This record gives sequence, C-alpha cells and structure tokens, in this order.
Amino acid sequence: MPNLVRTLIGLALLVAVAQARAQLEIIVTDPGAQRSPIAVVPFAGEAAVGSSLTQIVRADLERSGLFRGVEVPPLAPPPTENTPVNYGEWRSRLADALVLGSVVTRPDGRFEVRFRVYDIVKQAPLGAIAYVFTKENARAAAHRVADFVYEKITGEKGVFSTQIAYVVRRGAAFELQIADADGERSQYLLRSNEPIISPVWSPEGRRIAYVSFESKKPVVYVHHLEDRRRQVVASFRGSNSAPAWAPDGKTLAVVLSVDGGSQLFLLNADGSGARRRISNSNSIDTEPRFSNDGKWIYFTSDRGGSPQVYRMPSGGGEPQRVTFEGSYNVSPRPSPDGRVLAYVTRNAGKFQVALLDLSNRQVQVITDSDHDESPSFAPNGRMILLATVIGGRGVLSAVSADGRIKQRLPFAGGDVREPAWGPFIE
Amino acid sequence: MRAILIATLSAAALLAAGCSTTPEDQAAAGVEDRTGKPGAKPGADTRAVQPPKVAAVDVSKPSASSVSALKDPNSVLSKRSIYYDLDKFDVKDEYRSLVEAHAKYLRENPSARMMIQGNTDERGSREYNVGLGQRRSDGVKRMMVLLGARENQIESVSLGEEKPQADGHDEGAWSKNRRSDILYGGEY
Repeated sequence: MPNLVRTLIGLALLVAVAQARAQLEIIVTDPGAQRSPIAVVPFAGEAAVGSSLTQIVRADLERSGLFRGVEVPPLAPPPTENTPVNYGEWRSRLADALVLGSVVTRPDGRFEVRFRVYDIVKQAPLGAIAYVFTKENARAAAHRVADFVYEKITGEKGVFSTQIAYVVRRGAAFELQIADADGERSQYLLRSNEPIISPVWSPEGRRIAYVSFESKKPVVYVHHLEDRRRQVVASFRGSNSAPAWAPDGKTLAVVLSVDGGSQLFLLNADGSGARRRISNSNSIDTEPRFSNDGKWIYFTSDRGGSPQVYRMPSGGGEPQRVTFEGSYNVSPRPSPDGRVLAYVTRNAGKFQVALLDLSNRQVQVITDSDHDESPSFAPNGRMILLATVIGGRGVLSAVSADGRIKQRLPFAGGDVREPAWGPFIE
Repeated sequence: MRAILIATLSAAALLAAGCSTTPEDQAAAGVEDRTGKPGAKPGADTRAVQPPKVAAVDVSKPSASSVSALKDPNSVLSKRSIYYDLDKFDVKDEYRSLVEAHAKYLRENPSARMMIQGNTDERGSREYNVGLGQRRSDGVKRMMVLLGARENQIESVSLGEEKPQADGHDEGAWSKNRRSDILYGGEY
C-alpha cells in the first residue's frame, strides 16, 4: 500500500490551535438528591491572580453531581490552610466537608496555591497540597485543586483536569475542538468544509485519531496535539473509518472496505507495517473498542440480521454476541474498569444510552432523550458524555453512570456532536 | 466489443513498448492497427482511394462527446443518484437503466474512473451508517462490474449520514438521503 504514511499540510484546511469563538456552558438539569454539602472558603490572596480559583473549584465539584456548595459568609480575617478549624462552627453551617487555602505570589512571579481538605463530620483533616502555576494556567490549577478535593473525599480520582474532544458543525463548516472537561478553554485542532467524525484520544492523551471526509471519502488520521502534525494512517481504496486505540497506544483498530464490505483491521498507529484483518464476515463489522485490559475488542455487527454488540479476542478470533435485547444495539464502549458496557439502543424509534452489567447481564437505560449518540466514559468511569439533539440542535450531555445526574452542555451556534472524553493527565 | 478489441491491441502495443508509452501512444497504436501502415502507397494504376473512414477510439481520455454526455441534461448519464427504500440496499428497477448506461460508459471508456458514494439517512449510529452506505455503493459497483465495467475503474465509498441532500428530519428528507451518488474522475 503506497503512501500509507503521509504528513499532510492541507491547503483547503486551516490546521491550527486557535481560540474557538464560543464556549460550552454547563447546566445541571437534574441535580439528584444526595449531594454532599461542602464549604470552599475563598482562598486568601487569590485576588492577585485576577480570577477566582475557588469559584472554579466550586463549579467543578457541583458539576460532578456529588457535591453541593455551602454558602460561606465573609470571614475576617480570611482563613487560610494554617487557620485552626472549629469543627463545631462548620457543622452548624451544615457543611460535611471544608476546603481552606491561600494563594501567594512567588519571587519568580508565579503563584502558589496551598490548601487543606477537612472532613467536618469525622472532625479530621483529609490532606493538603500546594500547586505552582502561572496566571495563564490559573484555570488548570483550579481543576487540579478540585481533583485533589474530590479524590480525598470520594477516594476516586477526579476528572476536572481532563479534556474532551468533539466536533462542531456550523452550516457547511466543521471543526474538531478540544476543551477542558468543563467546556472552557476550547480550541480547534482542525477546520474543514467536509465532515469530521469519530475522534478518539490515544491512551496517553497526546494524539487524537479521527475520520475526515476532506478527500470526498472517509480517511483515518492521527493528529499530534503538541506539534499539530497530521498523519494519514488509513487511506485505502474504499472507506476508512471508526478508529479505536489499543491500550498500548501503538495499535489502531479501524474499519476498512478495501476487501469489500466493512471489516475490522489492525494497523500500527504510526502508519508503518501492513494491515491485519481481524474480522471475516459478510456483514458490517464496525465501531471497534478495546477493553482497557487490551484483551477484547467490542464491536457492532449485523451478522445476526440486526446490528448488535459482539466481542472477540483483540488479536482476532471467534466473536461472541454481547447484546440480546432489542433490534438495534450499537456503539459499544466498555467502562474503564471493564465491568460495564455502555452502548446506544433503539427503543420505539428513540436512540438512548444503555448500560449492560457484564457480570450479571442487567441492562439499564440511563437517558430519556430521543437522539443519543456516541457515549464516552470519563476516565474514572463516573460520568458518560454523549451527543444528543435538543430543540433541533446537537448538544453534548453528561450523565452519571448510575443515571441519576444529568447535565447539558449547550453551545452558542452550531451543532455539537461526536464527544470523546480524554484520559487522565499526569 | 470494438472498444475491448482496441483496448487489447493497445495493451499489446504497450507491452511491446515496455510499458513506457503515454496514453497518446496507446491511442495511436490502436488507430494504426486498423488502417495499415501509414505512408503505404497505392498501386500506380490504381485510382487513389480515399482511405476508409476510421472510427478512431481514443482510450486515453473520454471523447469530447461522451464527456459532454455526462453533463448533458438530456442524457441519462447526467443522472447520478440512485435512491433506496428504508433499510434497502438493492438497486430498484427504476434505476436499472441508469446503472446500465453508466456501466456502458465505463465499458466504452476504459480510462474513465468513477467514485460511487453511498449515503444513508440520519438515524442511528454514524459509523454503522458508514457501513450501510458502503453496502449501497458496493451493490452499485457490483452491478456495474457484472455489466462489463472493470473493477479497477470504480471505487465504492461511503459518506454515511454525513452528506444529506435534504436537511429535514422526516421521511420526505430521509428518502432523498438514502442514495448512491455517481462521480466521475475530475469530479472528486
């Protein structure tokens, strides 16, 4: 196969990282019942940064659906991480948890945020840490603070510092964008006059594979976030689509029609070497996704007459059917811990996200909208990002893995679709 | 038939020339084989005869007339879309003559290249729809090959639900979006 690897500088495309015009906005539409009250006291000295870290921390924690902010009256003098805590006083303010901290300006002009997390109910400190940051990275620092607080209280890693990717369509223009998990700081990676679909983050978070139609047919690219390099990894005769990363970050599963039909292949993610066909059917085999342990590839196939989810050993082998209820089950996404499978199911003409417990086969439909697509697990498995249509417009929505908490991420102007939640950032 | 014969002769000429000939050479070889050696003189006592009119076939590029036929609204070749019923992938009888005409064109213009783009309506998974669109375009390609087009003349691809012809969200729009579109080399 000639030209398997080509680094393209598209003339008709503006490939750049530039500030996108509009931002995502998050609304908690169903806050759920049991949210833990937490008091995040404004960090002493944070005014020097020019933006409020504590506001971002509070918004992050509330957005997780697990926390509710407690009103904090102005305190004088402003407490810091070194102020002794009067647990009874905070208990009477109905807080279960407390965050106290301060921001100092370092001699090199950078800032340092120091803070402590307290369990008010158990009357115990949970931990303390400090982060150094520049003014430009204040928002990222606040997400780090929220991640630390979240992890100390819940015992699970937070995802506030992670990023999401998605596609925005405005008329005939398409943009592949990335943003913080709260939708802020969005920037575009690729702008095209032809569709872009199926972005997926590499396991280490420095590359995104996607399908672009800029050459009038689907072609799979790998986009390097650091140097904006784009690499064609699958441009075989016919269609090339549905990329999925193996956990090693070196292998991509893709769907190719080069042999006729739509079949699953493995490729080296750097474009080297030959393609290895791993499915062999007369049906459509598509939407591959590796399990996190790398053992399985889940995929959609209509070999049984209707599209259903199957899985096979990741090196190829006999597929097993995974979904049985209903006549249309597609877009399988195994959870990070491998215990649950999210997928899209059709119920009476409505497309909704369902979760299948892989140990006991229980199925739970967790959305109540009509046009849900492209579910994507947060790296801690607690939330699922998905695309839906509200008022005729594509929007992103996030739902907790238990279905209790739903958020909407509306977007000013344009259809937003094809969300992909990125990995933890070290 | 004649086109095939000439293509064969051209191929032979190509082989003889070590495959280094240009498309113009292919056409010249084809013509030469039908007219005898150029510069051969008629006998002295014979009236000069007008050489027979030769229907030269240029295999290097579609002839001007056939190219315009692709665009001529009165030609079936200007019709480029095949529409499908819901969940159907076979070419309906009403589009059979359209497919036959394009297959004939490919047969008679061996250097012509075609892309068939399969499309679906907006419902369901985008990637599964890429697969369904591929099933449509593969079906049209298979039919054209059975009708004498060469396999390597046609690339069948899918645009899934990404390039709708109609923007609505009802059957009226969906029926226009379940289609295969035919493009010729130079158009994609």
